[in-house]
Amino acid sequence: MADVVAAGKNPEILFWVGCAGSYDARAQKVSIAFCKILNKAGIEYAILGKEESCTGDPARRAGNEFVFQMTALQNIETLNMYKVKKIVCTCPHCFNTLKNEYPALGGNYEVIHHTQFLQQLMEEGKISVQGGAFSGKKVTYHDSCYIGRVNGIYEVPRQLLEKLDNQLVEMERGKERGLCCGAGGAQMFKEDEPGDKRINIERTEEALDTGAEIIAANCPFCITMLQDGVKAKEKQDSVMVYDLSHRQ
Amino acid sequence: MLQQIVFSIIVFYALWNAGKLYMRVRRNILLGKDEDLTDNPGKRWQNVMLVAFGQKKMFKRWIPAVLHLFIYVAFLMTQVELLEIFIDGFFGVHRFFAPYLGILYPIIISFIEILSVLAFIATIAFLARRNVLKIPRFHKSEMTWWPKLDANLILLGELTLLIGIFCMNGADVVLQKVDPEHYHPTGFFAISGWLGPLLFGWMNEGGLVIIERFGWWLHILTVLAFLNYLPISKHLHIMLAFPNTWYARLNSRGEMPNMPEVMNEVKSMMGLTPAADMAMDDELPEFGANDVTSLSWKNIMDAYTCTECGRCTSVCPANLTGKKLSPRKILMDIRDRAEEVGNKIDSEETRYLKADAKDKAYALTKDNFDDGKSLFDYITREELHACTTCNACVEACPVLINPLDPILRLRRYEILTESAGPQDWVPMFTSVENSGSVWQIPDDRDKWAKDAVGS
Repeated sequence: MADVVAAGKNPEILFWVGCAGSYDARAQKVSIAFCKILNKAGIEYAILGKEESCTGDPARRAGNEFVFQMTALQNIETLNMYKVKKIVCTCPHCFNTLKNEYPALGGNYEVIHHTQFLQQLMEEGKISVQGGAFSGKKVTYHDSCYIGRVNGIYEVPRQLLEKLDNQLVEMERGKERGLCCGAGGAQMFKEDEPGDKRINIERTEEALDTGAEIIAANCPFCITMLQDGVKAKEKQDSVMVYDLSHRQ
Repeated sequence: MLQQIVFSIIVFYALWNAGKLYMRVRRNILLGKDEDLTDNPGKRWQNVMLVAFGQKKMFKRWIPAVLHLFIYVAFLMTQVELLEIFIDGFFGVHRFFAPYLGILYPIIISFIEILSVLAFIATIAFLARRNVLKIPRFHKSEMTWWPKLDANLILLGELTLLIGIFCMNGADVVLQKVDPEHYHPTGFFAISGWLGPLLFGWMNEGGLVIIERFGWWLHILTVLAFLNYLPISKHLHIMLAFPNTWYARLNSRGEMPNMPEVMNEVKSMMGLTPAADMAMDDELPEFGANDVTSLSWKNIMDAYTCTECGRCTSVCPANLTGKKLSPRKILMDIRDRAEEVGNKIDSEETRYLKADAKDKAYALTKDNFDDGKSLFDYITREELHACTTCNACVEACPVLINPLDPILRLRRYEILTESAGPQDWVPMFTSVENSGSVWQIPDDRDKWAKDAVGS
């Protein structure tokens, strides 16, 4: 962002990368894929780069309001300094926190998730998709909690998938009844509490029961959890877990 | 005349006692902290109409929704007949509404009777679901002897109410033919019109009068018993569902309530605002909640509204995979603790005074109460730590209870006030605080971006 502003440009959108998108090898690929789509569509965008901090979602949900406030207020200072108006996120947790929690702290932006943005670009004719490697394949879509149940976005990602010419199959628990992958509420950063089963295994089994070859998701943490689940079920050679922005 | 006096005494005693019990529930709810939940009344009335009156969220599961609807509508409609029973009882008249309503009277009574039959069938089905089919959500570990007995007592009470109605109406129908001078013909009742003669047609007048009075008294006494039983029962939802949906938080589900005291402290630390006044306080502030007195009053109303249906628990990913967390148990624990604190305050025993209030002659209130216990004696850390904040429980509740909110308030207490919590989280906190990322990784945050050129 600093470089773009220094060059006198005022980018239309800010791509909020998030910690996973920045550091997690799998999620980095999603960040790169999404940037390439933006390049292709000719969108002027920027990232905060080193000036971006964790939105604070996992700290807040773990109960650590101090750490949340520190990182959130720092981010709001940065965002307001650059007069950011519109933010696109590839991570539902960043999306939710920026959209729903920053206003109470003085950060008011238009925040959208990348699935919504992709849909918008397609409607405007700025990008198009072909089924390609995905056409005819059975795909099931996993609703992340923070895009689905928490923010009520169920149809946009499904419409995107249908454009890929594939066969979309629903899991037993979908949309508002969708089962969590097990990572939310800062579970990603701790061992499970004692139980019979890991949540991601339960969800992966449900996804595999559909007979899908591809599990589509919209959240870097869901992708990690489901990928681990698929590996645990030794299906990693036949079943792939993809983010919606992936192109091949 | 004697009957009128007995009736009046019983009714006034029952109402007075129920009044006391409901005031206790109100007091226990108000043990919680103030929270203003009166904004946007339009939206709030909409919630009451759609969710409470309209049963909208029940219809996520069709079978129980339809069965429940029978009982619910029968309950609402029977209030007409109940009102008549009260008038008849106080003034010693018989079927007071009949001459005034004329042809409408048998139509209304028939409508109530048909609903009552449906409610009867639904109640039997509910008993079967609990005791024969053993639907899993009614048999989780928090469903100990009392919650199970409570549920069955309610269902048996409902059957008793319906038996009362049909004895009363059935015997009346026969009596209208035997003694039309005292039992004025009212027109045909859809069920009792044939069930009455079938069951009681063989009886003499004395027997019929006994059955009619037995049904009448059985119905009204069961209603009054119900009224006094509700405040200690999970069945209180028939009252509280309405205020609870009205007071439901309207914010986005994704927004955890902000903590302005923490925000202001952090702002002053960061030099964004002048130093806050907080440092002036001599007492260390407490954050989050560890007891009913530090929860919001709405969390406690949620707990009293809960009818223990277990929809929340049956969709909780932690519970589904064998973890200890059960959202329903969290609510049951909050209610139990509110009862305990309420009872101890009522006891007025000075041993429940906070240490610094002991030497003063204060009356025991929620502000100076300390029995050395807290909600953590009811809810274990393991339960709190298992929550993924997925909001499935929030989505599932048919009466807009939020089981997630108290879980997060208790987590805040554990982390902020006790500096405890899962050790695994500490590196994440430190990393966010020091390097602005959830993982401590030495790479630049935008290292990946070099591969993002082109399309």
